[in-house]
Amino acid sequence: MELNVLTLCYLVGSVTFILGLKMLSNPASARRGNLIAAAGMTIAIFGTIFLYKDDVGNRLHNYGWIFGGIAIGAIIGTLAAKKVKMTAMPEMVSMFNGMGGACAALISVVEFNHIARNVIPGVHQTYIPEGGEGIVLIILLGLIIGSVSFAGSMIAWGKLNGKVKDFSFKGQHIFNIVLLLVIVGLAAYIIGWLPENSIIIFYCIFTLSLLYGILFVFPIGGADMPVVISLLNSFTGVAAACGGFLYNNKVMMTGGILVGAAGTLLTILMCKAMNRSLANVLIGSFGGAKAGPAGAKQQGAYKEISLSDASVLMAYAHKVMVVPGYGLAVAQAQHACHDLEKILEGKGVEVKYAIHPVAGRMPGHMNVLLAEADVSYEKLLEMEQANEEFPSTDVVLILGANDVVNPAAKNDPSSPIYGMPILDVELAKNVIVNKRSMKPGYAGIENDLFFQKKTSMLFGDAKKVLQDLIAEIKNL
Amino acid sequence: MLNWITANQQIIYIVILMIFVGIEVIGRVPSVLHTPLMSGANAIHGVVIIGAIIVMGKAEGDNYLALILGFLAVILGTLNVVGGFVVTDRMLEMFKKKKNR
Repeated sequence: MELNVLTLCYLVGSVTFILGLKMLSNPASARRGNLIAAAGMTIAIFGTIFLYKDDVGNRLHNYGWIFGGIAIGAIIGTLAAKKVKMTAMPEMVSMFNGMGGACAALISVVEFNHIARNVIPGVHQTYIPEGGEGIVLIILLGLIIGSVSFAGSMIAWGKLNGKVKDFSFKGQHIFNIVLLLVIVGLAAYIIGWLPENSIIIFYCIFTLSLLYGILFVFPIGGADMPVVISLLNSFTGVAAACGGFLYNNKVMMTGGILVGAAGTLLTILMCKAMNRSLANVLIGSFGGAKAGPAGAKQQGAYKEISLSDASVLMAYAHKVMVVPGYGLAVAQAQHACHDLEKILEGKGVEVKYAIHPVAGRMPGHMNVLLAEADVSYEKLLEMEQANEEFPSTDVVLILGANDVVNPAAKNDPSSPIYGMPILDVELAKNVIVNKRSMKPGYAGIENDLFFQKKTSMLFGDAKKVLQDLIAEIKNL
Repeated sequence: MLNWITANQQIIYIVILMIFVGIEVIGRVPSVLHTPLMSGANAIHGVVIIGAIIVMGKAEGDNYLALILGFLAVILGTLNVVGGFVVTDRMLEMFKKKKNR
């Protein structure tokens, strides 16, 4: 009877996951969708703790440990998620994803030891039960995918918060492929032959998988991290599903595969938003292209604009379009930005925001930031609308955006971002670019826009510059 | 092969149907929601914690390796689930605010 209640719990869990994902893909219902999935998860977790019985009918024990672990994880998780700054959200997602991957890998380690423990003293041929190769295969799959996801997510996390630099060596792609083949080979060896030293090989696979995860993400440029995180996210989904096969647990299967499939599709959609293919992101890493265009072409001169000139230009414009980018997020300048908007509107200037779909470090990053500063929804223009309005715009103010306004994406077929749709800021009458320095953006490529005639540079931290601009405009 | 399919047909059905559901369900997501959706999916694969709970709950009292690793796995899995849902909620909170105005 109790087992049936647990089945019901899992059924409810699975349905809420599907419903939750469905609602998450619609702005109006997204938040409720998240809560519904969370509720389903809670039911499934507590159902497992109190109602789970193994094949022989034994209940779970070690309740102290289980609740202790859950309490520690829940407290740290909640605090971390509540405290993290809006700018650091992408890193946080990557971090949590890594935790899930590590969890899957650890389950495999314990289960493999469980099998191996009953084996090593006796004849090794007999320890695998009927159809046991399948079980070993699933354990190994969970181990490999989980550790790759964990190691990769940690590197992605480090890259996004600037702790890890891009790194690649000659022939790295070939090395990675060889490494993957070795991992698969060792796994096949364990499954097929079950040698007596299986456990040592098992830990070799564990180590190599971690190494593979690191090397897989290392050469990929920071600007592509969202895509990588999304891909690793779907990996962890598959790793969770492996756990589901292992325990014949339906909610783990459905949840894991659901995320695996949805995550893969989402990865592809993200690539499409940048007009690139997944293979291009993973193999054609930005790292290699860096030396080429930047060094080869001597750029022209750029001109700076003073704060007072910039403020006059904006205060007497009819229409100002703000293009926010990662610089705005780093400087936490969204409130200053909203203040500038208000003071300009007080002077009768029309102010709007042009949001590129991949501005910032993640799609939707800018919308979230500006919404936090109470910028009205109607003022945020999507790329297509914005591009229609640029010709009638007097001043474009670019705040820490770079690659999303780089004309090389349209003009230069050799550029790594060629083909990505961009904001056509050149169509406006004046362009003011706020950056901290002339350093190239995250993709590591020069931007011709900065050297064009109508462009002028306004160096400095976005928040500081905006506050100074506001002060200047007030004094006009 | 045929035997294997017959023996595991339930699981095979689940896998195939879930792949299609996963793809269908998010097929038309606007790009603004990519990040929250990824974050939400991230929280959902935290179901892996159920595996961790089972490992932990089955571990014998003298099997320290299983106890320690299982305990760690429960902590990590909980981090994934709780942190994932809370972060997603925080992101979506921002969206909701502007909808109301």
